[in-house]
Amino acid sequence: MPLFREAYGLLFNLIVWGYIMQKSDCIISVEHVYKYYGEKAVLNDVNLFVRKGEFVTILGPSGCGKTTLLRLIAGFQTASEGEISIAGMEITQTPPHKRPVNTVFQKYALFPHLNVFNNIAFGLKLKKMPSATIEKKVKQALKMVGMTDYEDRDVDSLSGGQQQRVAIARAIVNEPEVLLLDEPLAALDLKMRKDMQMELKEMHKSLGITFVYVTHDQEEALTLSDTIVVMSEGKIQQIGTPMDIYNEPINSFVADFIGESNILNGVMIKDKRVSFAGHEFECVDEGFGENAPVDVVIRPEDIYIFEPSEAAMLTGTVTSSIFKGVHFEMMVQTPNGYEFMVQDYHCFEAGAEVGLLVKPFDIHVMKKERTCNTFDGKLVDSTHVEFLGCVFECKEVTGIEPETPVKVEIDFQDVILEDNEEDGKLTGAVKFILYKGNHYHLTVFTDWDEDIFVDTNDVWDDGDRVGITIAPENIRIVHS
Amino acid sequence: MAKAYLWLLLVLLYAPILIIMIFSFTEAKVLGNWTGFSTKLYSSLFAGNVQHSLISALWNTFAIAMLAATISTLLGSIAAIGIFNLRSGARQTINFVNAIPMMNADIITGISLFLLFVSFGISQGFTTVVLAHITFCTPYVVLSVMPRLKKMNQNVYEAALDLGATPFQALHKVIFPEIRPGMISGFILAFTLSIDDFAVTIFTIGNEGLETLSTFIYADARKGGLTPELRPLSTIIFVTVLVLLIVINKRAEKQKTDKIR
Repeated sequence: MPLFREAYGLLFNLIVWGYIMQKSDCIISVEHVYKYYGEKAVLNDVNLFVRKGEFVTILGPSGCGKTTLLRLIAGFQTASEGEISIAGMEITQTPPHKRPVNTVFQKYALFPHLNVFNNIAFGLKLKKMPSATIEKKVKQALKMVGMTDYEDRDVDSLSGGQQQRVAIARAIVNEPEVLLLDEPLAALDLKMRKDMQMELKEMHKSLGITFVYVTHDQEEALTLSDTIVVMSEGKIQQIGTPMDIYNEPINSFVADFIGESNILNGVMIKDKRVSFAGHEFECVDEGFGENAPVDVVIRPEDIYIFEPSEAAMLTGTVTSSIFKGVHFEMMVQTPNGYEFMVQDYHCFEAGAEVGLLVKPFDIHVMKKERTCNTFDGKLVDSTHVEFLGCVFECKEVTGIEPETPVKVEIDFQDVILEDNEEDGKLTGAVKFILYKGNHYHLTVFTDWDEDIFVDTNDVWDDGDRVGITIAPENIRIVHS
Repeated sequence: MAKAYLWLLLVLLYAPILIIMIFSFTEAKVLGNWTGFSTKLYSSLFAGNVQHSLISALWNTFAIAMLAATISTLLGSIAAIGIFNLRSGARQTINFVNAIPMMNADIITGISLFLLFVSFGISQGFTTVVLAHITFCTPYVVLSVMPRLKKMNQNVYEAALDLGATPFQALHKVIFPEIRPGMISGFILAFTLSIDDFAVTIFTIGNEGLETLSTFIYADARKGGLTPELRPLSTIIFVTVLVLLIVINKRAEKQKTDKIR
């Protein structure tokens, strides 16, 4: 992740510089943070630096560790390893009531036995402020969230949106350095959510404090943030501005998670020449080397669709066409079996022959994270190897002593998934599915706690339990 | 037909109490003789004409019930919070352990407490009765507080900490107000259970002459012939317990409708 390292380095310099100036620009720093639940790492070497006044969104699917990261910053949980600082103070072990942050919870968490005024005044009363000051501050906070004159209302009598406003007022009235928001709009309906998004953005501008916002909604993240942190499986995948994240996703996970995309296997022939879907394209990327396998991303709105003509780079048949309000979403199948999602204002009915064109600038090339499965294993005898907790038969190996540690390589398409768990040597669960235009790339979490990657034409669902087999001739043994 | 059956059952169930209540309004010394309507037994009960020991037994009963209910409400509420925050496996186990004393026969609880006090050489009296009553009341408090905890938004405790409350302040300002209805129900339940108890009390009361209402009546009955003032007293206690029970039921009903709303 060169981009990440660059950002890290840059921020590190900023901190050093800030330290010298006695005033750091960085308000939150999370360094090498790990969090384990038993054996499982929910956060795996997380590094994050948040600048003062920034609106940072931590984005990821459920179970990616984003809420855990927020709870570590808030202090409701403590990191297993690593260091967290807020406003230059190391607070990794500090209890939540001593941290200069306030949190807005997903389900509001208002105190039902207190009215609106007393809910908002809760923090101020604990600080033993004079009651005149408290009253003034509460009124200000209520005005800020557009709830003037609601002081005496019972919180149970308010709508979801109003409750969330009170929850926000209750947090900002304490004038925290950082406001943490844990999916605050998830329980609201779409229209209300859009309104609240705009209001939050306004609030961020007028308050000038740092917002750290957790969501699984990529559109919300793109709308609100100065910086987006994309997380998956306890690791930060990419940090960048919304534009960076959308236009230059660092890997296929980010590309798939943010917006709609066509992701295909490709080969970088040389600089600015890439081949995919059986065709060679001009592109703008360089520095991948020659004949390097890559992932190619094309956003569906970047593909031009028209009647078949000379200008077409690819031809195909429309297999489905759906009206989406602003545009039509069409699936186009090429004669050599690749499928593209295309969005356009013009409708081509299913069955129509069409031509497709992609401009070089709209082809985004990403380095492949891996080109085959690699496992650490051990040779048992000349025809058996142990990895992933099982002994597999393999082709006869010569020149390597039994009991030697070896590397085992298996191509994605050589891993066979079985419906019945009993039919497989190994068992596991499908946990991430990526459509690659003409096949699926699956991540299967084996019961040995390691991932195995599979290319298949069969349709599997997220969470499916599977048996896994590998033919002996497809196991490659490499000296490690 | 079904209705008649129901009424027959109710009459059979309540006949003994009704008889006591009816005969509390007559002067006859022997139960069963009706010598005309009178409230003399009531006035003599309150005028203090009865034996001194009945009145002191009454006071002992209320003092024990008050102490036992208060302490078990505190213990039970704190225990419920602790149990609620356990991992689900441990929680189920503890809930099961909590249910055993409630299912257990009172006589077994009484004998085991008696043996415990004897083997530790604790002289039996007021304190041991209170301790014994706390023992069998606490599980009921846990049981009545638990639903309130489950109903509570799980983030409110964290929200309080987040706003600057220490863990103790959060407990005091947020958790207790939230579970207060459950605590009150638990208290009333513990109070009635304590007043009502005989089996555990008789084994833990010792022989220093301490009497509660139930042990007094038992002893009185064995001496032959009940003190006539017991009739109005029983009536009053029955009505009090009935009122408390109605209060508990109303509260439970209100909680249910709150949930639906």
